[in-house]
Amino acid sequence: MNPVKDLIKTLADEHGRSRENLLPILQGVVEKEKYLTEYSMVEIARELDLPAAEVFGTATFYSFLEHKKMGQYVIRICKTITCAMKGKNQVLLAIQDMLKIGIGETTPDGKFSLLETNCLGWCHKAPAMLVNDDVHTELTPESIREILSSYMKK
Amino acid sequence: MVAATYQLKRADFIFKNENDWEKVLSKTLESEPRELINELMSSELKGRGGAGFPTGLKWKLSSEEKSKTKYVICNADEGEPGTFKDREILTKVPYKVLTAMAVCGHVIGSGKGYIYLRGEYKFLVPDLEKAIKEFEYYCKEIGFKFTIDIFMGSGAYICGEETALFESMEGKRGEPRNKPPFPTSIGYMNEPTVINNVETLAHTYTIFKYGSKKFYDLGVQYSRGSKLFSVSGDTPKPGIYELELGMSLQDFVSEFGDGDTKAVQVGGASGFLVPRKRFEETTIGFQGKLTGISLPTGGSMMLFNSSRSMFNVLDNYLDFFNEESCGQCSPCRVGCQQLLKGIKAVKRGEKTALYLDKLLKLSETMQMTAKCGLGQSVGNSFSSIVENFREEMIY
Amino acid sequence: MAKKINISINGLAAEIAEGKTILDAADQMGVIVPTLCYHKDLCVAGNCRVCVVEVVGQKRLAAACATPCEEGMEIMTNSLKVRNSRKHIIELLLSEHESDCTKCYKNGNCELQELASEYKIMTQDFIRLAPLKNYTIDMFSPSIVKDDSKCIRCQRCVRTCAELQGVNALTVAHKGDEMKIATFFEKTMNDVVCTNCGQCVNHCPTGALVEKNYIEEVWDAISDPNKHVVVQTAPAVRVGLGEELGLPVGSRVTGQMVAALKRLGFDSVLDTDFTADLTIMEEGTELLTRLKKALVEKDQAVQLPMATSCSPGWIKYIEHMYPEYLGNLSTCKSPQQMFGALVKTYYAKARKIEPDNIVSVSVMPCTAKKFEASRPEMHDSGYRDVDYVLTTRELAIMVKQAGIDFNKLPQTEYDRLMGDSTGAGVIFGATGGVMEAALRTAYEIVTGREVPFKNLDITPVRGMDGVREASIKIENPVKEWAFLDGVELKCAIAHGLVNAKVVMDAIKSGESNYHFIEFMACPGGCLGGGGQPIPTNPEIRKKRAEAIYAEDAGMPLRKSHENPEVLKIYEDFLGEPLGEKSHHLLHTKYITRDRF
Repeated sequence: MNPVKDLIKTLADEHGRSRENLLPILQGVVEKEKYLTEYSMVEIARELDLPAAEVFGTATFYSFLEHKKMGQYVIRICKTITCAMKGKNQVLLAIQDMLKIGIGETTPDGKFSLLETNCLGWCHKAPAMLVNDDVHTELTPESIREILSSYMKK
Repeated sequence: MVAATYQLKRADFIFKNENDWEKVLSKTLESEPRELINELMSSELKGRGGAGFPTGLKWKLSSEEKSKTKYVICNADEGEPGTFKDREILTKVPYKVLTAMAVCGHVIGSGKGYIYLRGEYKFLVPDLEKAIKEFEYYCKEIGFKFTIDIFMGSGAYICGEETALFESMEGKRGEPRNKPPFPTSIGYMNEPTVINNVETLAHTYTIFKYGSKKFYDLGVQYSRGSKLFSVSGDTPKPGIYELELGMSLQDFVSEFGDGDTKAVQVGGASGFLVPRKRFEETTIGFQGKLTGISLPTGGSMMLFNSSRSMFNVLDNYLDFFNEESCGQCSPCRVGCQQLLKGIKAVKRGEKTALYLDKLLKLSETMQMTAKCGLGQSVGNSFSSIVENFREEMIY
Repeated sequence: MAKKINISINGLAAEIAEGKTILDAADQMGVIVPTLCYHKDLCVAGNCRVCVVEVVGQKRLAAACATPCEEGMEIMTNSLKVRNSRKHIIELLLSEHESDCTKCYKNGNCELQELASEYKIMTQDFIRLAPLKNYTIDMFSPSIVKDDSKCIRCQRCVRTCAELQGVNALTVAHKGDEMKIATFFEKTMNDVVCTNCGQCVNHCPTGALVEKNYIEEVWDAISDPNKHVVVQTAPAVRVGLGEELGLPVGSRVTGQMVAALKRLGFDSVLDTDFTADLTIMEEGTELLTRLKKALVEKDQAVQLPMATSCSPGWIKYIEHMYPEYLGNLSTCKSPQQMFGALVKTYYAKARKIEPDNIVSVSVMPCTAKKFEASRPEMHDSGYRDVDYVLTTRELAIMVKQAGIDFNKLPQTEYDRLMGDSTGAGVIFGATGGVMEAALRTAYEIVTGREVPFKNLDITPVRGMDGVREASIKIENPVKEWAFLDGVELKCAIAHGLVNAKVVMDAIKSGESNYHFIEFMACPGGCLGGGGQPIPTNPEIRKKRAEAIYAEDAGMPLRKSHENPEVLKIYEDFLGEPLGEKSHHLLHTKYITRDRF
């Protein structure tokens, strides 16, 4: 059996197979696989007996349910007002300089993807970013190097 | 003109860690639902998410519904730019929220609660789950049937809108529903639902513990009690503060400004921008109906000093709305695009300054015709920024 | 009786049943409130906001379609606030829409265009967003063209595909400024579960979803002196075409239509009703054969209930959704495809024309027929059996292009060889019609008597309920069918694929014990087809159905087995129903497709 198919079965066993279980299952796949493929969406549709288009329509509504290839660590840097005021652009440049990728891109080794996101709720400690589910705040071009290095070593 | 009648007053209820929730819960559950509703009504607590609907009335309406299945939902989809108080409540005093949910269950006749937690706060889950487990264990011990599950969001601001949140929980796109019907009668899974903001629930804990008077005595007429404020931007002391409602913006700025405050955004991107010349006359609170000098808020206070370009601020907000609009209704979906592209075109000189007036009218139309609160409130920040900082939009 | 409440609209007081929306109330009072996302066939969305009205005392405007009336409500549908807001919304929609109306297929029949004209939107003050977007046009489907640049995101198509058809080929994807109507992973329409039924086309207010038209191809064929162009017209076209050409809904225009087709230059104007009658002979025999095998020979391999196979939307639906039941489908081709196969064989031979030089055109109330004609199986004549399929709407366009004043046309008769029909063939155009036609013939074959209904009108199978059941008891059959004595033939009818799903699920769960089921993809059957005039709604379908039954009642022959040309083709060419030639030309196979 395909590991993604197994994963979806396990998730459906855990959460249930009703429509209201769709989001947790999509989230579960993204947590493991980092993004949703055509294949995984079809399998979810099959498992939950939903139209595939509905799964696609729902998934694309949520910005954390990526359906384009993502790296092992997805960096989401906040671009909303306070972070923008507090030097998000410099931090972003530092990230781009270090990883040699632009927004929406993934490093060739598949380790990092870089995305911008809306307010993360850390305005008092701006600028902030998420790396997968980890929060990093009060970023500076200096601190970002340290943070990314630690992920590189993981 | 309403003069500011209150000085800035700090309060300390929400984060006071008293470790007595078991006692509060079992004691409160002894009261009749009717008594608890009355208690809430006389406290005059209004929703702390921003819309300001009377909490007691909400619970009352739901309690009157006949349905066998009802739900209690805690809205922790805190996404308004400049707001971060709910995260802090769930981190520091989760049991207050859980207790309030259970009491609400008792009042309306529901055995099931959900916390809709925004995806950005996923790191909270392990601790929150632990707290829930402990809480449920206690409920079982005292023979009260109530369970709570966490439902994770996945990065969609609009899901903070209550009916969009239901859609999301039902596994669909988070598109707001038509209202009426209202959630108190037809909510999650088409059952009567009370949905409250995290902070609102935390305040009910205070009310149930100390009685409504203690809460009512804070604040001013129409705006009773205290409120958490998320302070950010150009301030030497960003953070979360519990203050009594009814303060003047001037007092707020004196306390939190950096001496050069040019404007304050009250209520996040969907709120209003108040320029310096109006700090004195603006109070923070609900005053019956919104009058323009009395601003309700979910608690986001963003300060801007004179180094900030208000064009950039507005540009940032509109970019936000442009992406976070669910896209279903035309005034909001297309309106946001037009506002965003419109101010850029004026700035670049492709459209004349008069085009701003057309956009102001458009923002009015959006306020009047959009399907939900998001589309209706885009015009708030747009008009308040464009009207007060017109030059900055053009030059 | 529903409770009444008092409201006023534009100062005029009215009593309205409780629970009615402001839009219902306005309609009742003869006040027109413009709408776009609202459609009588569909659930209320309330997302276009064009129907906003002012409720006195409320700060915001209310969407008339989604707001229930309340006691004492004072409603203004034309206040300055309303006018200005509505105008803004139309302007916004136009800014996002590729508004080059002169280059649009729906020019002249577009609800957005109509509103823009009504509100005299003369300027384009807002920034034109359409050119800035990466809009795509999907032309890969043989039936439907999906042009996102014309889309106003009212979601009528999405609701149609889900609520009426239960297909869900279309969905809303992404959000904010990127929100759009899409298929799964934004694949082309021919690469997803789309049944080509065209209900989305029929429900689209703009030119975002239209039929793939073959008008120029047909003109080319007509103008080619070396080609003999044959046209067949489906039963439901004759009760729809008039609407598209300015006549009242439900006008019967068979004679004028034939005249128009002749004036367009078709070499032979023939009737799909002929093969509808033929279908009854084949399908009826097939049903009786299956019953015999099942009841007498106890053949376990025979699959019952037998399902009709005339509706190509239904066929593609079952191929996707219930492929395990393909064996239950009648193997009969649809009347269109039987006709196509015979045109290039039987007709060609009789008329002494090289099949190679025949261009076979059909006029259908249907977009799925375009797909059906393009199926690789449909080449049994040795050629593509049906070359071009036009919808009722396309034919109306050609009539207009040719400068024909439709109203002044004389009643004209179909040409012969394959132009004869009976009332049984005509009612194929309405839901329940195939069933009724089949019963009229099968019952008579089995018992030697006419069906026991007054005027042959088998009323229990008629009507507009989504799923209908009927049974007919067989008594005193003729010797050959003696085994059916006392058998109660159980039938069901479903129209609209969402109702087909109900019946299929009942079969799947073993709850049903039907022998024969008629399935039609479109609500109301073919008369409500995706290729019929726009708008189509419950009242319009009802009127078209009345016209169909009136046409049937007026026919001299009303039973398929009495069609003289049908009798003749068996004598001269086919031999007998389910015979070898029939098997080769008139029957087909189905394909298992994926549901996801």
